Amino acid sequence: MRIGVVTFPGSLDDTDAARAVTLAGGEAVRLWHADADLHGVAAVILPGGFSYGDYLRCGAIARFAPVMTEVIRAARGGMPVLGICNGFQILCEAHLLPGALVRNDHRRFACLDQRLRIERTATAWTHSYEIGAEITIPLKNGEGAYVADEVTLDALAAEGRVVARYLGGNPNGSRRDIAGVCDPTGRIVGLMPHPEHAVEPGFGPSTDGLAFFTSALRRTGSQ
Amino acid sequence: MTAEQPYAALGLTRGEYERILGILGRRPTTPELAMYSVMWSEHCSYKSSKVHLRQFGEKTTEAMGSRLLAGIGEQAGVIDIGDGWAVTFKAESHNHPSFLEPYQGAATGVGGIVRDILAMGARPVAVMDSLRFGGIDHPDTARVVHGVVAGVGSYANCLGLPTIGGEVGFDPSYQGNPLVNVLCVGVLRHEDMQRAHARGSGNLVVLFGSRTGGDGIGGVSVLASETFGSEGPPAKRPAVQVGDPFAEKVLIESCVELFAAGVVAAIQDLGGAGLSCATSELAAAGDGGMRVALDRVPLRDPSLSPAEILMSESQERMMAIVRPADLDAFLAITGRWDVEATVIGEVTGTGRLQITWHGETVVDVPPRTVAHDGPVYDRPYARPSAADAIAADTPARLSRPADEHELRAMWLRLIASPSLCSRAWVTDQYDRYVLGNTAASRPERAGVVRVDPATARGVALALRGPGRFTALDPYMGAQLAFVEAFRAVGCTGAEPVAVTDCLNAGSPEEPGSMWALAEVIRGLADICQAAAVPVTGGNVSLYNATGDVSVLPTPTVGVLGVLDDVGLAVPSGWSAPGAAIYLVGVTRDELAGSAWAWEEHAHLGGVPPLMDLPAERVLASALRACLRDGLVDAVRDIAEGGLLSALSEACLRFGVGARVWLAEVCERDGVDLLTVLVGESVARALVAVPRSEEIRFTDVLSARGVPHARIGVTDDAGGTDGVPALDVAGVGVITLAELAAAHQGTLPHHFG
Repeated sequence: MRIGVVTFPGSLDDTDAARAVTLAGGEAVRLWHADADLHGVAAVILPGGFSYGDYLRCGAIARFAPVMTEVIRAARGGMPVLGICNGFQILCEAHLLPGALVRNDHRRFACLDQRLRIERTATAWTHSYEIGAEITIPLKNGEGAYVADEVTLDALAAEGRVVARYLGGNPNGSRRDIAGVCDPTGRIVGLMPHPEHAVEPGFGPSTDGLAFFTSALRRTGSQ
Repeated sequence: MTAEQPYAALGLTRGEYERILGILGRRPTTPELAMYSVMWSEHCSYKSSKVHLRQFGEKTTEAMGSRLLAGIGEQAGVIDIGDGWAVTFKAESHNHPSFLEPYQGAATGVGGIVRDILAMGARPVAVMDSLRFGGIDHPDTARVVHGVVAGVGSYANCLGLPTIGGEVGFDPSYQGNPLVNVLCVGVLRHEDMQRAHARGSGNLVVLFGSRTGGDGIGGVSVLASETFGSEGPPAKRPAVQVGDPFAEKVLIESCVELFAAGVVAAIQDLGGAGLSCATSELAAAGDGGMRVALDRVPLRDPSLSPAEILMSESQERMMAIVRPADLDAFLAITGRWDVEATVIGEVTGTGRLQITWHGETVVDVPPRTVAHDGPVYDRPYARPSAADAIAADTPARLSRPADEHELRAMWLRLIASPSLCSRAWVTDQYDRYVLGNTAASRPERAGVVRVDPATARGVALALRGPGRFTALDPYMGAQLAFVEAFRAVGCTGAEPVAVTDCLNAGSPEEPGSMWALAEVIRGLADICQAAAVPVTGGNVSLYNATGDVSVLPTPTVGVLGVLDDVGLAVPSGWSAPGAAIYLVGVTRDELAGSAWAWEEHAHLGGVPPLMDLPAERVLASALRACLRDGLVDAVRDIAEGGLLSALSEACLRFGVGARVWLAEVCERDGVDLLTVLVGESVARALVAVPRSEEIRFTDVLSARGVPHARIGVTDDAGGTDGVPALDVAGVGVITLAELAAAHQGTLPHHFG
C-alpha cells in the first residue's frame, strides 16, 4: 500500500515518517509541496517540522501549498490523512480539523517522552490499538497546546473524537489534556506527539508508535 | 598629505597596517583595508595561537592520520569510519555575541558550525553544545541562560538536527563572558567530499542563500577581540548576526542535492568575515585568481558600501565554484528550494583577487596575503606568580563530614549543586529524536547516532571541558578534558578515533592567560599523540575576559568514536533489580578541583587528578569487549562529582535503586569513604552486571589487569517502606524520590 509523505520547505520529520511507513510494511511515496499531485497514494501523512519557517502562525502558509489543494480535496473524499505536530497544525489551519494549536503554556520548546492514552480506535490510524491503550512516544514542540471553544470541546467529547489524551500531567496546557483529535469519520487524524519517532527498537523511547502506521495499512479494502 | 586611514578602529595595529602598505606597495583602498582587518583578526588568523597550534600537526604521526580524509586546515576534519562512510565534525565558539545578544548569538553559533560541516560535502546529522554561565544566583545569569538555551534550541530544532548531548557549567568567571561552544557532526560518502578551492579559470563563482545585510559587520575583528569592560557591553557595538534557521534548512537541503548531482566544483561557507573570507580563502587555495563583481551581490540593505558588503557576517550564505556547463543544473536545484543563487564572478588565471564595484576595481590583492599571510605573534607568556600558591593550597585543610548524618546531608546538597544537578531543564528544550537515528542522547553521557541504517554503524561523541582542572594546571586540565571525553565515548563501546577542540581563553596580551593557552595546547597535543587520536579541527576563542578577570581557561574537547553497531551501547543507569554493581578502576586521594571542594567549600586549589592514559585505554578496551559480548546492563563513566554523582544518576535513570558498600574499596585503595564518593580520579566507571554474566565480566577485567570491585546490587525496593532507594553503607538510605527532588529541582528553581 502506498502512503504519501509530504515535504514542505522546513519539514523535518518527513524522512522519519517515510521510514515508519516502510517499517510498518507499506510503500512510502514522497510528495512535494509545489506539486499538486498525490501520485495515486491511498493515504497521506503531513509530517512535523516548521513549514516555510512558520514565522507566521504555524501551518498558516502550508495550507495554501499546491499539494494541499489535492490533499484537502482527497480528504473530503474520504482519503485517510494523518497530521503529526506541524501536520496537525496544518490540518487545523485547513479546517479539516477543529480548533488550533497555540504556544505551550510554559512558553518553552519541550521534548519529552510522553505517555498517552488512546481513546478512540475507530479511526484509520488507530484501529490497531486496544481502546484505552497507554503508550509512550516523543512529544516535541513549542506550540502544541490544543485549544478550541467550549462548545467544540464538548462536541468532540460527545462524538468520541478525542483520539488520544496526555497522561501523567499536562505537558503544554492543552485543553482537556487533548493530544489528538479526528474528523467525524475517523479518517482524518491530527496528533501533536510523534509516533514516527517510536517505531524502531533502540531509537526512541518505545515502539509504541508503529501501530499508527500499521493501522493505516491494514485498513485497505476493509473500510 | 592624505588623511590617516581608520585602521585602529577596525582593530588593526600600526604595525599590521604598515605590513599591508608593504604588501601592496600603496595605500589600501577602503574595501581592501576592510578585508585585511577582518581576515587578520585574531578570530580568523589565529595570529596569537598559530605558533602553538602547529603542535597539533607536528604531533600527528602518519599512523594517526590513516583514517583522515581531511584534517586541520579544511573547514572541518573528515574521518573514514568504514564501509565507504565518512563523518566530519568540529566544535566552534560563539562566546562574545552570546553575551550581547544571548538568543541570536547562540542561534547563529549553531548556524555557523552547521555550515562548516555542510561545506565538507556532508549532511549535518547532530549537534552538541557546551555552555558556561556565570554564578547560578547572579541576577544576570537567568537572562543569558534563557537566551542561549532558547537560541541553541530554536535554531537546531528548526534545522531538524537532534541535539545529542553536551554540558553546562556555572562559575563566576563566566559572568560577563559566557561560553557557547557548539559541535556539529555530518555524514558523507567518501566520494562526496568537497574541497574549498577556486580552480579552473573560467569557472563561475556563485553566491547562494540569504541576502547580505548589515548585520555582524566587524564581528570577528572588533567584537571577538574585545574584552568586555566591567561596566558592560562595549560602546562600539557591532551588530550581532541575526539567524534564520528556515533559510539554513533549505540551504542544507539544496546543498545535499547539489553534491549528489555533482554540480559543485568547490564550496565554502560564509561565516566570520563573510565574503572577505570566502573569496580570499577560495582564491588562495586555488590555482589562479578570482574576479568578483560586488555590485551583483544581492543585498537586504541597498545602502551598504563595498567595504560593508565584504565585512558583513549575514548568516545562511554559501559560495560555490561551478563549471559553466553545470550552472543550469545548479540553478534548477537551488530554484526548487527557493534559494537565491547569483553568479558574482569567475575564477581567473591572474593570481590576484580582483573585486569591482559598478565597473571600478576596488580590491586588487594577492589572495594569500589576505587569507594566510597575516601577522603571527609569539606573544610573551609566563606562568602566573600565583600558580605556586594555588598548587600548595590543597584540599587537605577542608573540613569533612563528621558522621553518617552529615555525609547524607552533603550527598543531597551536592547532587542539587550547580555543578552536579540535572541538566534536563536545558536538554528538554532540544529535539533529540529528529532524523530517527539517535541511539543515545542526554541524560546519557555520550551521544550516539546511527550513520548507516543498513548495518547500524555509527558514531559516539562526547564533549568535555573541566575548567576547574584547567585553572589549577592548564597542561593537565587539557589532558583531563581529553580523557574525560575519551572515557565517556569508550563507555559506549566505541573506539575513539578523532578529536575536535574549542580552546576558550582570556586575553593573549596578558602573559598569564597566554601561558594558560600555550599550556592547554601543549597538553592536548601531547595527550592526543600519546593516545594516537588526532585533532582534526576546532577553533580558538581569545579575549574571554571581563575587565581584568579572565574566564577559567576552558578547552572544550570533543572526542568522536566509531561503533560497528550502535545497538551495543547500554544506558548509563540500571533498569532492573538484582544486578551486581562494580566499581572499575582505583580511587586516589584526589579532591583538588573537584565538585565537592568547589560546591561545599568554594575551594579551588591544589593539583588536579593524576592523568593515567594507559589505564584509560585499557578501561575502554575492556568495556568494549564486555559490551560486544553483552555482559553488562549499564555503564556509567565516573568524572565530575565522582562516584556520588554516578551512583545517584545511575539510580535515577530508570528509577531503580541500589544497595552499596564501599569499605573494601576504601581499604584496598587506602582512602576514606568521602574520597571514594567525591574524588575525581581518572579511568573509572560504574558498571551493572547481570548475575549470570558476573564470572565472564570479571574474567575480562582480570585478564586485562583492570582493577574492579563488587560494591553492591541493584534493588527496586530498598527503602523502609519498600520504595526505591539508594542505600549506601556509612551514608544511610536516600529514597529515589528525595534524590530526584534534589537533583532535578535546581535549574527549574533558578530559571523557571
